Amino acid sequence: MTRSPLLDVDELSVAFTRRRRRDVQAVDRISFSLDEGRITGLVGESGCGKSVTSLALMGLLPARGVRVGGTARFRLGGGGEADLLALPPARMRDLRGSEIAMVFQDPLSSLNPVVPIGRQVAEVLTRHRGVKGAAARDQAAELLDRVGIPDPGRRLREYPHELSGGMRQRALIAMAVACRPRLLIADEPTTALDVTIQAQILELLSGLVAEEGTALLMITHDLGVVAGLCDEINVLYSGRTVEGAERHELFAAPTHPYTAGLLGSIPRLDAPRDEPLTPVRGTVDDAIAWDDGCAFAPRCDRFADDCLGGPPPMRERGAGHRFRCLHPTEPAPGEESEGR
Amino acid sequence: MSLLEIEDLEVHFPIRRGVLLERTVGRVRAVDGVSLSVAAGTTYGLVGESGCGKTTLGRAVLRLVDVTAGQVRLGGVDLAGLPAEELRRSRRRVQMVFQDPLGSLDPRQNVESLLLEGLEVHGLGADRAARRAAVVDALEAVGLSASALPRYPHEFSGGQRQRIGIARALVLSPELIVCDEPVSALDVSIQAQVLNLLEELQRERGLAYLVIAHDLAVVRHVSDTVGVMYLGGLVEEAPGDGLYAEPLHPYTRSLISAVPVPDPAVEDGRRRILLQGDLPSPADPPPGCRFHTRCPWRQEELCATVRPELRQVAEGHKVACHHAERIAAGEIAPDTAERPRRAGP
Repeated sequence: MTRSPLLDVDELSVAFTRRRRRDVQAVDRISFSLDEGRITGLVGESGCGKSVTSLALMGLLPARGVRVGGTARFRLGGGGEADLLALPPARMRDLRGSEIAMVFQDPLSSLNPVVPIGRQVAEVLTRHRGVKGAAARDQAAELLDRVGIPDPGRRLREYPHELSGGMRQRALIAMAVACRPRLLIADEPTTALDVTIQAQILELLSGLVAEEGTALLMITHDLGVVAGLCDEINVLYSGRTVEGAERHELFAAPTHPYTAGLLGSIPRLDAPRDEPLTPVRGTVDDAIAWDDGCAFAPRCDRFADDCLGGPPPMRERGAGHRFRCLHPTEPAPGEESEGR
Repeated sequence: MSLLEIEDLEVHFPIRRGVLLERTVGRVRAVDGVSLSVAAGTTYGLVGESGCGKTTLGRAVLRLVDVTAGQVRLGGVDLAGLPAEELRRSRRRVQMVFQDPLGSLDPRQNVESLLLEGLEVHGLGADRAARRAAVVDALEAVGLSASALPRYPHEFSGGQRQRIGIARALVLSPELIVCDEPVSALDVSIQAQVLNLLEELQRERGLAYLVIAHDLAVVRHVSDTVGVMYLGGLVEEAPGDGLYAEPLHPYTRSLISAVPVPDPAVEDGRRRILLQGDLPSPADPPPGCRFHTRCPWRQEELCATVRPELRQVAEGHKVACHHAERIAAGEIAPDTAERPRRAGP
């Protein structure tokens, strides 16, 4: 089977240009692909470029002061392909909400506070499917029911402030999946929620992927969330992918020192309590430009002089496990461990 | 006697209506009958979801909010009944580290002035030189240097700001520090740095902590004893390890099952207990057990009518559930199916 992936992102770059100052390279040649029924994770700390990546794919970056490079080939529902980064704004507006949808972190600021939930959900159906009036209302109620909002008939008339955080996020997901998009981008969808509510929302999202065959791009800082949810995980640092692998492989053999450092930073509920945390030292502000060498070098315990000899290439070990490091924590197959 | 003893603490906030004649139409029972104690040099972790009253409880320890009923005793002295001047003096012994370091540090004060303020207010240090030495000492203890003194909060990263917040608490040599969500605003790698710092300071200075956070994994990692709060009350209290190994309260069980573990091999085998619905309003808490409206193990008898007391079931392990033993023994089945996390591989 040689069908092309649903979305193939190739060397996506986003730079914010500033007058008389050096550009900020927020995303630097990131490549990944998404497929129907699969969940792909983008993981990283603040400033790694994960949110800018999602905004670029949705065409939501401001038109001025931004330079976008690379391609994002999307297989259209009616056949054919389109490069999401090169589509005219009007075409993009048609795709957004119908074929591609997004769920944001903070549901309260993503919903219109002065419009009832029902109308906000129905609006999507009217815009993209031409469904109006009572029919739109009925479909909206069905959608609310689908995402687990109890008593949808009454909730339709309520305003965002009358809903709890978890219910608001469900309403937002209802809007996102209203037109059965084939690609759903979720940017930190559970970060503002309590853990028991987070569990409900993650269950809902993975259910949607399993039942509808939606492709989900999950953007989060939480390695715990991706461990149970994603099929494939990409770890970003300072705008570049530093490691990418299938989830079992990534957690079993974290190869980039940054991935290993992140895993060592998280207290685990199932670990003995006296197991010490081994955090990455320094902060993301210490990163150097990729052109000068590995951006992670100033924080890295395995740093050597050759780390500063230009950007390290992406290397491979085993099926689909990519990493960008000259001195990995796990030896590549066929290589001797450096034993540091 | 423990350093901090909280007994039957209640903090209620009145709900007022009307413009001219404000009438009290109800009360938000933020903290509703909590007892706990923190021994010197140990850490008590308080965990719960938003709206459970954990932050209000922490504020009540410093009497930043008025206590409705009950006692907060520090070294045997009840803070709740203390006159203003004595209360102010006793606050040197209890300090607080807040969640948002940018919001809790005055943007127009430099680090030196921020750290000196407490010393001056409490009249500590013989002279300016001694106070300055104490400030530098506190800064170095949190991993910053004297070069930070003339700088302002906005010049630091989030993790460094939180270090300044900790230094500000340390400079008064308190016996107890209340940490309200000390790491939740920080990136994971920085979180671990700050958690390690807190532990190191405890070892060196014999500090006691009351750590308040929503992240059970963080709380358990730093705490000798963990208390789980739900809707204004303590539902379970256990040693850090015991809570994970043997959670007894249905709420604790569902909370633990909901916390993701960063390991796919573990995640695939875990079963999560999904709770139905949202937290009830603390202005109108359900009768009987506060958790009975969402509890998968709810029984006909007692749950909806009698509020369970926090009772000791094992050494250091307390639970507020009528049926804890029968649930632990598997005699009562939950009514919602426990589902595996993911279907398929």
